[in-house]
Amino acid sequence: MEVGRLPISAALKGKLVSAGYTSLSLLSSLSPSHLARDLNISENEALDILKHAPHDGRIDTSGGHHIISGAQTAWDMLHEEELLTRITTSSVDIDNILGGGISCREVTEIGGVPGIGKTQLGIQLAVNVQLPVHCGGLGGKAIYIDTEGSFMVERVLQIAEACWDDMLANNAISQNVHAGQVGMQPKDFLENILYFRVCSYTEQIALINYLDKFISEHRDVKIVVVDSITFHFRQDFEDMALRTRLLSGMALKLMKLAKKFCLAVVLLNQVTTKYAEGSFQLTLALGDSWSHACTNRIILYWNGNERYAYIDKSPSLRSASAPYAVTARGIRNNVSNCKRIKLM
Amino acid sequence: MASRPISEMGLPKSIANVFAARSIKTAKDALSLTEFDLMELADMGLAEVTSALAHISERVSPPYQTALSLLEQRIQNEQLAGHLPTGLKGLDEALFGGIPFGVITELVGPAGIGKTQFCLKLSLLASLPTRHGGLDAQVIYIDVESKFSSKRLIEIGAQSFPEIFYTRGMAQEQMAGRILVLRPASLAEFTESLQQIKLLLLERRVKLLVIDSMAALTSGEFEHGASKINPLGWHISFLKSVGELSRIPIVVTNQVRSQSSDDTWRYNFQVGTRHRDLEDTSKYDSQLIAALGIHWAHAVTIRLILETISGERFIKVAKSPMSPALAFPFSITSSGISLLNDDGIEVVGQEISTIHCDGHSEIIHSDTLQFHRQ
Repeated sequence: MEVGRLPISAALKGKLVSAGYTSLSLLSSLSPSHLARDLNISENEALDILKHAPHDGRIDTSGGHHIISGAQTAWDMLHEEELLTRITTSSVDIDNILGGGISCREVTEIGGVPGIGKTQLGIQLAVNVQLPVHCGGLGGKAIYIDTEGSFMVERVLQIAEACWDDMLANNAISQNVHAGQVGMQPKDFLENILYFRVCSYTEQIALINYLDKFISEHRDVKIVVVDSITFHFRQDFEDMALRTRLLSGMALKLMKLAKKFCLAVVLLNQVTTKYAEGSFQLTLALGDSWSHACTNRIILYWNGNERYAYIDKSPSLRSASAPYAVTARGIRNNVSNCKRIKLM
Repeated sequence: MASRPISEMGLPKSIANVFAARSIKTAKDALSLTEFDLMELADMGLAEVTSALAHISERVSPPYQTALSLLEQRIQNEQLAGHLPTGLKGLDEALFGGIPFGVITELVGPAGIGKTQFCLKLSLLASLPTRHGGLDAQVIYIDVESKFSSKRLIEIGAQSFPEIFYTRGMAQEQMAGRILVLRPASLAEFTESLQQIKLLLLERRVKLLVIDSMAALTSGEFEHGASKINPLGWHISFLKSVGELSRIPIVVTNQVRSQSSDDTWRYNFQVGTRHRDLEDTSKYDSQLIAALGIHWAHAVTIRLILETISGERFIKVAKSPMSPALAFPFSITSSGISLLNDDGIEVVGQEISTIHCDGHSEIIHSDTLQFHRQ
């Protein structure tokens, strides 16, 4: 490993290079006091540098494989993945194409045209994550980061009430249910949704940085919904290179959060037009480099008179579409030839 | 929050000084750089940079609230939990009480359909005292196309609320006196007025903002597909944040334009009808879409489409986070707008976002009595 890539300050790097230490292997057999004298720095600083130098004969027994530290065999990972539960979307068809629902430890991007139901799906997931595991949830809390102001509390209450009704109806049939679980009232669902309103891209970056500390203090959070990830990055950004850097930084941090705390991260994205194949076509916003950032990607679109969800990108799921409907009760399966659904 | 100075964040002195020396003065400056950029710039190690960024991020992050406390706050502090009733029963029910506070509600439709009439009615309603369903506050009406008519406003008031307007002689002056009309001649003037409006809004005296119309501000300047930077981008964010901070309804009208062959509403994986539609150019003139592009369409929270189908006018809830797509037939009367049917017709699929317009051939070629009767 080259000295230039070490996580130390530029001045120290400069001193190392001018003293002739251009690669780490040259440092491996030095003592801190020797290095400190050579470079004319303090012993503590020398210790810092030497921490990154490879030491022969030292075996890293702190977890991970004995050949490469930090690695895991695919067999172990398979067991881990099987234990992961998923969050239901309340539409059996969408759950089926997703292999059971939105999965944890992954970043899922959901995009679509305005009015297709992205916020609806976000709210439905924020409610569903609170359901007990046998109902398709994770029994946890939700963080809802709102960048557009489209979070309407009355609608959340409406969806929570419908969810509670369904749970009651199901529990009346199933026999193996603990007494306490039916005790959740619709308003309790609202209490477990932690709502943040973000008004600029600086706040958005700051919040995502802060989530690491916040979630370690609120360990029962099991899903983070960002609605939408795009909004503040679409305007007044003349420096596109900066935008790409900031977005990839954000994507990495969210991915780390998902893995570290074993939660699901759902990012809602908008659409924009792009010139391709001789005509303008719709595509998800934020550019091509962003499209690599997420693990899974779902596109919501209109097909005739019905709403469909399409899996555009996934490492393990097949590309498939499923119809769904947005009803007064939330996201549900699409019942064809349905009669007029009237608001109560 | 973003422009908070680093010096006030309580960072260790040495770090704060280094940042200041490198012109990293506000939180925005610091957070716009990646960790490696900062290490390079400030000559610090990774651990120090990470902890400084974590510290700044914690200070700049917005606080959280549970959804429950949000609901309770609104029920307690705001009229009808944050809605301005429009007086149109079916529409108010669909919107859970009326035009919601804190978000942008858009009225879009062809010329002459009744958008300005709707805005006049809303302005009047907001200026009424609370016991009559109003907000008892001032209204700011930004009249870009010079369509505001005070005479019509008084007529609507007198017809809708005769008991207030006839028994109390002062009422007319009082209500009309609360509506401030601005007529910006250019986008620059509009931008400037917005800054002044923000102050008024934060003082809680103005409780409704109407912009009629947003599209007229950029007509000619905004070219679809050509420029990447939207001239209204800043205004959209500003309106949204100001609306939320002051928790007032913002109503904006938008124009329509015909669909050009450049427009598309399909993704590249959707096969079938795309090729056929592109060749059928005769369809384009009759298909209307809302102006201002897709970025605007995402930014508004509620979109109400006003359209005519076979001589009947409809107001349709095309985009709303809390209601299904319902269309209500309406007519324009001396007391403003009134719905002919409060139940609403459900609209599905692509019909939700289409805007219908009958055109004028019926009038020009008609010899039926309906256009001559008054």
